[in-house]
Amino acid sequence: MDILANLALGFSVALSPYTLMLALCGCFLGTVIGALPGLGPSNGVAILIPITFTLGLDATSALVLMTSVYYGAMYGGRISSILLNIPGDEPALMTTLDGYPMAKAGRAGDALVLSGVASFVGALLATIGLMLLAPSLARVAFLFGPAEYFALYLLAFCTLGGMASNNQAKSAIAACLGLGIAMIGVDASSGLPRLTGGNLHLYDGVDFLVAIVGLFAISEVFFFIESHGKGSSIGVTLDKVRIPWADIFSTKWTMLRSSGVGFIAGILPGAGASLGSFLAYMTEKSIAGEKGGFGTGVPKGIAAPEAGNNAAAGGALVPMLTLGVPGSGTTAVLLALLMTLNITPGPTLFTEQPEVVWGLIASLLIANFVLLLMNVPMVKIFVKILTVPAWVLLPGVTMVSFVGIYSLSGSYFDLLMMVGFGMLGYILRKLDIPTVPVILGILLGGHMENALRRAMTLSDGDVMYLFSSPIAIGFWIAAIAGFVAPMFLRKILTKPQAITD
Amino acid sequence: MASDRIFGLVTLITAVAYIAAATQIQTNFFSGQYLPKLFPIMIGTVAAISALVMIFKPDPEPEWPASSACMNMALAVIVLTLYSVLLKPLGFILPTAFAAGVISYQIFPRKLTAFFSGVGLSLVLFVLFKFFLGLGNIVAYRIPTPAKLWEAISTLIPFVGH
Repeated sequence: MDILANLALGFSVALSPYTLMLALCGCFLGTVIGALPGLGPSNGVAILIPITFTLGLDATSALVLMTSVYYGAMYGGRISSILLNIPGDEPALMTTLDGYPMAKAGRAGDALVLSGVASFVGALLATIGLMLLAPSLARVAFLFGPAEYFALYLLAFCTLGGMASNNQAKSAIAACLGLGIAMIGVDASSGLPRLTGGNLHLYDGVDFLVAIVGLFAISEVFFFIESHGKGSSIGVTLDKVRIPWADIFSTKWTMLRSSGVGFIAGILPGAGASLGSFLAYMTEKSIAGEKGGFGTGVPKGIAAPEAGNNAAAGGALVPMLTLGVPGSGTTAVLLALLMTLNITPGPTLFTEQPEVVWGLIASLLIANFVLLLMNVPMVKIFVKILTVPAWVLLPGVTMVSFVGIYSLSGSYFDLLMMVGFGMLGYILRKLDIPTVPVILGILLGGHMENALRRAMTLSDGDVMYLFSSPIAIGFWIAAIAGFVAPMFLRKILTKPQAITD
Repeated sequence: MASDRIFGLVTLITAVAYIAAATQIQTNFFSGQYLPKLFPIMIGTVAAISALVMIFKPDPEPEWPASSACMNMALAVIVLTLYSVLLKPLGFILPTAFAAGVISYQIFPRKLTAFFSGVGLSLVLFVLFKFFLGLGNIVAYRIPTPAKLWEAISTLIPFVGH
C-alpha cells in the first residue's frame, strides 16, 4: 500500500491548479515541438531548459513542465513522421515506415488517431511500470558502491554506443569527446585547474546546456541551410478525422506487447527509445510474418513503434531517476535539467525528496490523459503547425537558443562555445558519429571520475577492486556484451530503410 | 573514406595532445599524485585507439554539400559569432533582426521574406521575452558607444581581446 500512499502525495502536488496549468502548457508546447519538422524531444527540451531556469520556477514545477513537454514531444513526433515522412528524431523513424504509406493511401486521419491511441497505451503502461519498478530499483541501488557505479556508467556508454551508431569506434570517440570535455575545469579535490589551457572562462568547466543546445539545435540550422528547407511541405491531404475503432480494436495485443518490449528496452541504461521502437516494430513484424504486410501501411505497423517508443520513453525514466543514468538522449537532457535544478537523481531521491518523484509520476499520469485528449480530437490544430515555413522556424529556434544560453551566465563566451558545438554537431552527424554519447559524457563524466577515484582511494590503488562484487562483474560483462554484440547482430537485424518518394 | 581518415587523424592528434596535457596536470597534497591524471589519461587512450580504428577501417564517404552551401554555412557561422559578441552592447532587437534575417535568407533565398521574418521574429521575441517571460534584463535595448563596440569585437581577435 506504499504505492497508494505515495501516489496520494504525488497527486496532492500535481493536482494544484498551478501545476495542472503547467502540465497543460507543457503538453501543448511539447506536442507543437514534436510536430515541427527538425525539432524533436531532445532539442526541444534542451532549448527550453535555460528559459525555464530563468523563469524562477521551483524544482517541482519546472520538472512537471519539462516532463510534460517531453511526453508531448514524444506524442507530437508522430505527426511529422506520418504526414511529412520526416521523423522528428531517431525513435520516430520507425513510425514513418507504415505511417507515411497509410497517409498516402488517403487514411492520414486514421493513422494519426491510431498512433495517438498507441502512444497513450504505451506511455500509460510505462508510467505504471515506472511507479511499480522504480522504488524497488532505488532500494537495490543503495547497495551500489563506487566500483558498481563506475561499471554502471561504463555500461551506459557501451549499450548506448552499441545501439546509437553503426560503427563502434565512432561511438567510443563520441563518448570520449564528452568525457574529455567534462574533465575541463577546476578539480574539486585539489582546487587546481585542469586542462583549461589557462583560459579563465574555462575554469568553471563547460556547461552541459551549452553543449546540448549547440549540438542539437544549432547544428540543425546548418542542416537546414544545406538542404534549403526542402521536403518540409505536406504531401498528403488530411480529411475529416474519425476514430478508427476497428483498427484500434484489432491492434490491442500489438499495443500491449509493444509496450512491454519498449518499456524493457527503455530501462536498459543507455539504450533508450530508439531501441524500444525498433524492437517493438521488428517483434510485431516477425509475429505477423510475410502476409502481415509491414511497410505497406498496416495499422499494426503504426501501433507497434508508437506504443514501443512511448513505453521506452517512460522506461528510460526508471534508470534516470533511480540511478542517475539516463536511458536515452532526451532523458539525458532531462538529467541536465535535474542537475541544473540542484536535484541529484539516485536512490536517495526517493527517500529524501519523495514529493518531487511522486509529483512527477502523478503529473505524468495526468499528462497522458491530457495528451490523449489533445492529440485525438485536436489533431487538426497541430497539423496546421506543420505549415510554419522553415525560414521562420529555424531562425526563431536559433534566437531562442541564444537568449536562453545567454540568460544562464550572461557571458558571450558561452554563446561562442555554443556556435562551436553547433559546427561540431554538424560534422559529427555528417560523419555518422552519434551526438548523444557526447552529451552523456559531459553529463556523467564528473560522476564517473568520482566513482573511479573513490574506488581507487578505498582500495589503495588496487585495480581489482573494480571487479570485486558480483553486481560490478555483472555490469562489466553486460557492458562488454552490449558493446560487442551489435557488431555481430547487425548482419541479422538490419534496420528497414525509410520509404522515399 | 577520406573524411573518416582525416577526422580519425585529427582525433588521434587531439587525443595524444590531451594525454600529454593530462600528464602535466598540477596536483597537491589533497588530491594525491595520480588521481587527477588517471581518468583523463584513460579517456585519451580510448580515444586514440578508436581514432586508429577509424583511420584503418573508414566508413564510406558521406555526402558533403556543394561548395555554395558550404559558403552559406561559413557565412552563418560568422553571423552567429558576431551575434554572440554584439548581443550585449547592441541590445536585443537590432542584432536579432539581422542574424535571424540572414539565416532565414540562407534557408529560403528571398530578400523580402528574409527581411520580414528577421524584423518580425526580433520584435515578437522581444515582446515575448520582456513582457511575458520577464527576461527584460537580457533583451534590453541599448545604445552602444564606440568603445563598447570595439571591446566586443576585439574579443574575437586573438591576443588583442581578453
